[in-house]
Amino acid sequence: MIGAKRLLLQILNYAVFMGLVGYFSFMPPYARLQPDEAMITLAISHAGERVQECRKMDPAEMAKLPPNMRVATECPRERSPVTVKVLLDKLKVIDRVVTAPGLYNDQGVDIYESVRVPTGNYRLSILMNDNVRIEGPTYQHQQPISLSPAQLVVIQFQDSSGQFRIK
Amino acid sequence: MKFINPIKRGYLALEAWFNISFGPKWNPLYHLGTLTFFFFWVVLVSGIYLFIFFDTSLSGAYASVEYMTHEQWYVGGIMRSLHRYASDAAIVTILLHMFREFALDRYRGFRWFSWVTGVPTLWFVITLGITGYWLVWDELGLYVAVLSSQLMDALPIVAGSMASNFVEGHLTDRFFTLMGFLHLLGQPVLLIFALWIHVKRLAHVEISAPRGLAVGSLLALLALSLAMPATSHPPANLSRVPAVLNLDWFYLNIYPVLDYLTAGETWILTTGITALLMILPWLPPKKTGPAAEVHLDECNGCGQCAVDCPFDAITVQQRTDGARWEYEVVVKNKLCASCGICVGSCHSSNPFRSSRTTLETGIDMPQYPIDKVRSETRKVLSELSGEQRIIVFGCDHAYEVSALKSKDVGVMSFLCTGMIPPTLVEYVLKNGADGVLITGCRNGDCYYRYGNIWMDKRFDEGRKPVLRPRTDRERIAVYRAAVTDGAKLTREIIRFKAHIKALTAADDQVPDSVPIQRVDL
Repeated sequence: MIGAKRLLLQILNYAVFMGLVGYFSFMPPYARLQPDEAMITLAISHAGERVQECRKMDPAEMAKLPPNMRVATECPRERSPVTVKVLLDKLKVIDRVVTAPGLYNDQGVDIYESVRVPTGNYRLSILMNDNVRIEGPTYQHQQPISLSPAQLVVIQFQDSSGQFRIK
Repeated sequence: MKFINPIKRGYLALEAWFNISFGPKWNPLYHLGTLTFFFFWVVLVSGIYLFIFFDTSLSGAYASVEYMTHEQWYVGGIMRSLHRYASDAAIVTILLHMFREFALDRYRGFRWFSWVTGVPTLWFVITLGITGYWLVWDELGLYVAVLSSQLMDALPIVAGSMASNFVEGHLTDRFFTLMGFLHLLGQPVLLIFALWIHVKRLAHVEISAPRGLAVGSLLALLALSLAMPATSHPPANLSRVPAVLNLDWFYLNIYPVLDYLTAGETWILTTGITALLMILPWLPPKKTGPAAEVHLDECNGCGQCAVDCPFDAITVQQRTDGARWEYEVVVKNKLCASCGICVGSCHSSNPFRSSRTTLETGIDMPQYPIDKVRSETRKVLSELSGEQRIIVFGCDHAYEVSALKSKDVGVMSFLCTGMIPPTLVEYVLKNGADGVLITGCRNGDCYYRYGNIWMDKRFDEGRKPVLRPRTDRERIAVYRAAVTDGAKLTREIIRFKAHIKALTAADDQVPDSVPIQRVDL
């Protein structure tokens, strides 16, 4: 009798344990997007322009350098931060300023950011500045866009053509 | 009466419930570590099977998992479900294991090492699960991949953008194969290493769950696998965002946090929680008592204390004092938990020895030396009066035996009941006590891991030093009681007194040697 009672209690305990495991293994569902939302992802790899322009060294300056380090042109390594703004009509959905990484801030910038946005028809504007010596955007792009539920729009930048690519 | 914090009280009540359901031998709360190992075995075996049919390429992974799930549901599908649910069950047992150590205050003092090494081990398990979800390469796998990469991108040590790999047209098999390698080999090896470190300061490490518990758990996992087979989401699509996901909350709970925090803030949060958990043993610190001391004059180097030490704090080495014995023992003070189990192991801890005024033993506890044990025993015996004079031996981590003291019940509390030399029980029975009741931590739940197990074996003559056969076992009872089991213990003492009274009345008919009465709580 004690054996049967104990067995029943064990089955009950196993059922509770497995119920807990089974439930939280799938539930509750997680809504990443609302039914009226789409997603815009900005995925850009780009090196900003140099903060200072390259300049020619005069002979006196070159003479002060060790022979193996004498070059005609000196290019300061630091690069400009990259600023990117993405707008849907007048709504700013992404606004990022990314400093060039590296000990001397001399490396390329990688930006990856995803934002949820309401579905609908918009005018998509992308403004990018990669040069501290220039006010305002150095690259820009505008186009109409229609965002449907769960749609993913990826914005990339092609260094070779200087064009944004929208997919 | 000691204050018992409500978390401990609640946890002990839960353990008592499981003792009713499973008994102490199979109580899952006493086997959370071994149960976790068992779930890992299930994960390993099912994982090997899945690997046979799994296609480690980006284009073939999803289809191969779908094949196993649907076409070969009777083996592959069940194996997949077992793989998933055993992994989930392992998280439950690990979290319960952590909670148990916390609730019962077994994470501080000499236990700090196991606690601190356990925290990153949990992270290793979680990251192993995360890469597993990645490999299915469905919408959930893509979600896990992208958000994990965003988390990695936030680390200053990672150059470039890992997340950019998941833009359509960029993804290659190489990255996916790397994930496969990590999940199938790299992370499991790291986990085994972490588990080895985690138990490094323990002796007599058990990694096998009791058979009954293992069989029950496997059947339960199988039942769940048949009732709710694990399935995939739709295949990964780099141009769409899955609106609703059925997350495995045991492993993937960190990702929804990224809806509210940046990747950097999420790292700060998780690092902060990890750091807090790791410094918990010092908030506040717990002082461990003085380490055991070896008295070479009384030590013949038999090494029984080294064998019995649950924390690997005693080693045997060549004799250094020129005595005729070959070996001697040495205590590693830093590892000593100050439990006194070694005193109970030592043949020299014999209160019958009367050649000297001071009783010395081969290994002793400075805070409660064997000579003091003997003199206290004599005092307690001399204070007893009444018809049935009982001595109760308890331990400092179970029910506080001082509450049981009366004119016919003498009490003594030890560092651990494993410290009680079997000859001490014989000693009290020969010097005025009518019965001895030994209590201490519940069966299977010794604060010092092996104290009550070794004591039982010594009393059953299965481990040295044994309780001598001529000892009247009818007059010895073992009833283990946690701090919350006072009422049950009091009832047991009343019952034991009645038993002793009956024995005394029919003294001539009592056999010479009968089994010790032992009651499981």
